[in-house]
Amino acid sequence: MARRSFSVTDLPGFSTVAMMVFAALYAPMVVLVVYSFNQGQSPATWEGFSLDWYRVAWANDEVKNATVNSLIIATCAAILSTALATLAALGTTRRKGFKGQTFIYAMINQPLMVPEIVTAVALLLVTAAIKKSTGYTGLGYLIVAHAAFCIPFAYLPIRARLEGMDLTLETAAADLYASPWQTFRRVTLPLLAPAIFAGAMLAFVTSLDDVVITEFIKSPGQDTLPTYMLGQLRRAMKPDVNAISTALLALTLVLLSLFYLLTRKKD
Amino acid sequence: MIKNQGGTGVGKTSVEARQIAKHFGQGEAIVKALDNVSVEIGQGEFFTLLGPSGCGKTTLLRMIAGFESPTSGQILLDGADITPLPPNRRPVNTVFQSYALFPHLTVAQNIGFGLEMQGRPAAEVKDRVARMLALVKLEPMAGRKTSQLSGGQQQRVALARALAPTPKVLLLDEPLSALDLKLRKEMQIELKRLQTETGITFVFVTHDQEEALTMSDRIAVMSAGHLQQVGTAREIYNNPVNRFVASFIGESNFLPATLEAGKARLKAGGLVEVSGAKGQTGPITVAVRPEQVRIVAAGEPDALPATITNLVYFGTDTHCHVDLADGTEVVARLQSPATGDAGLERGGKVGLRFAPGAAQVLGD
Ligand SMILES: Nc1ncnc2c1ncn2[C@@H]1O[C@H](COP(=O)(O)OP(=O)(O)OP(=O)(O)O)[C@@H](O)[C@H]1O
Ligand SMILES: [Mg+2]
Repeated sequence: MARRSFSVTDLPGFSTVAMMVFAALYAPMVVLVVYSFNQGQSPATWEGFSLDWYRVAWANDEVKNATVNSLIIATCAAILSTALATLAALGTTRRKGFKGQTFIYAMINQPLMVPEIVTAVALLLVTAAIKKSTGYTGLGYLIVAHAAFCIPFAYLPIRARLEGMDLTLETAAADLYASPWQTFRRVTLPLLAPAIFAGAMLAFVTSLDDVVITEFIKSPGQDTLPTYMLGQLRRAMKPDVNAISTALLALTLVLLSLFYLLTRKKD
Repeated sequence: MIKNQGGTGVGKTSVEARQIAKHFGQGEAIVKALDNVSVEIGQGEFFTLLGPSGCGKTTLLRMIAGFESPTSGQILLDGADITPLPPNRRPVNTVFQSYALFPHLTVAQNIGFGLEMQGRPAAEVKDRVARMLALVKLEPMAGRKTSQLSGGQQQRVALARALAPTPKVLLLDEPLSALDLKLRKEMQIELKRLQTETGITFVFVTHDQEEALTMSDRIAVMSAGHLQQVGTAREIYNNPVNRFVASFIGESNFLPATLEAGKARLKAGGLVEVSGAKGQTGPITVAVRPEQVRIVAAGEPDALPATITNLVYFGTDTHCHVDLADGTEVVARLQSPATGDAGLERGGKVGLRFAPGAAQVLGD
């Protein structure tokens, strides 16, 4: 009789532990979502269903302003970082292996490894200096900073796709009279497009979620949704924060589902 | 280096490889994939590169296509040196072993790709694609994605795509190896038909000797980065230049011997007429095809004494294994009814003769 040599489900209590971990991960979010529809002020007692807090949040100009900032920054940062990540991925996969390739990978993925707070402090110093000398205080700083730490999130799916791609397709294009640029335009890019969109989505979500770096380098009036909420929490816990969080969660879920659909292997 | 027997066989030269060498890696780990290979392929010829795995067939093909540049030597097309040209500037197309069809394009778009890249007008592309679809009998599939096709259909799309821009040379790297036997036979006929109809020079890679023998105008037998012999199927089968060719193409019996006044004195005794002797001194090898070996009654004049060790029935043929006086094993391929009549049996004493002109002296 054929028997698998080892299955993790044979371990006693495996399922129990797995369920508990999932509960610990997702229960708080469920609570958050449920209480965003609570009627009363209290964050701890259920007083009936209502959309009041969504209305309150939506009527708040600060929330509106923060939402606009968040979307502008996330959109710009996603586009910028995805473009750079695409170039980086092409540069690291479509050429002969070179000295220091591993080092380049590490450099590109640096934001994943360096503690964010360190990057934040460093950026604070640099942006402060630039602000002082140029006088520019727009969203540009946040966009560039976000783009920088979003690069690895966009880079990884794009590189994975490029590495998984059948190189004979590019050879075949060259064989059929396509110049290197035409090969890229007509073969590589169309096949890469899903990964590029997926990378952009991950970058967008990552930017949307950022608190630490934003908090350090934003100028007055440049709150994003996360930093706005953080500010609110410092004063008093209001359920409109639940509503905003739930909206963010919903947006993230939509984008991540799209990401999943795009990176999923066809057939 | 082995001389190209009988020139290109057909008129003008299409592709010429001049002293091509290709080395991969360096120092200790160097791989000499091709070592000083020179060959001329005639216009409109069906030319086959045949050899065991790793002998450098693909490497030579990639060099003609421009995917790889030679370590030394030149590739000429219609007399012009194309060695420095990138693949997209060579009027040469490839049918890849894996087909390499573009998965994001339809069948028609795949076939039209080369024409479009050449900047041909849309109307011409459309017209030519339609004709190619008809040529490979895939008209109903024009709008399909290539992933929705069977292996044989994908194969035909790959062919149509490579033929559409009317290349001067079509390179095919084991294009049939992914197909099952029946489809393979069909495609062999189909390929030969396409080649005759289009008149394009085909350079075909295979390690299947039967495929090579049945399809090719000429065959180049390769081994370990060297060309062993170039010639028509008949030349190569009937006059193999060395032991490698004799055993790689069909089967052969090898008999140790020495030359004696133009005849071969076999180690097993007996003097036989041989062809291909070039005045060698010292030990030589004589090759005889199994179907050229005759079994006669023991003691007949000029017959080599032999003992039957085994009889293997193959339907139309029976293989009769015999041992000569010195223990050399020889296989004779006999038509089955003959063996039945002759009353051959294991352990029987018989005589052995070779058909006239069958015994060949091999080079090294
Ligand atoms: N890019 C490469 N780097 C190093 N060695 C290579 C490379 N390409 C081919 N070789 C070597 O060169 C030799 C010839 O390879 P080639 O692919 O031409 O063989 P082949 O005759 O096509 O074999 P097969 O019938 O298995 O396809 C082999 O020993 C192979 O290992
Ligand atoms: Mg090969």
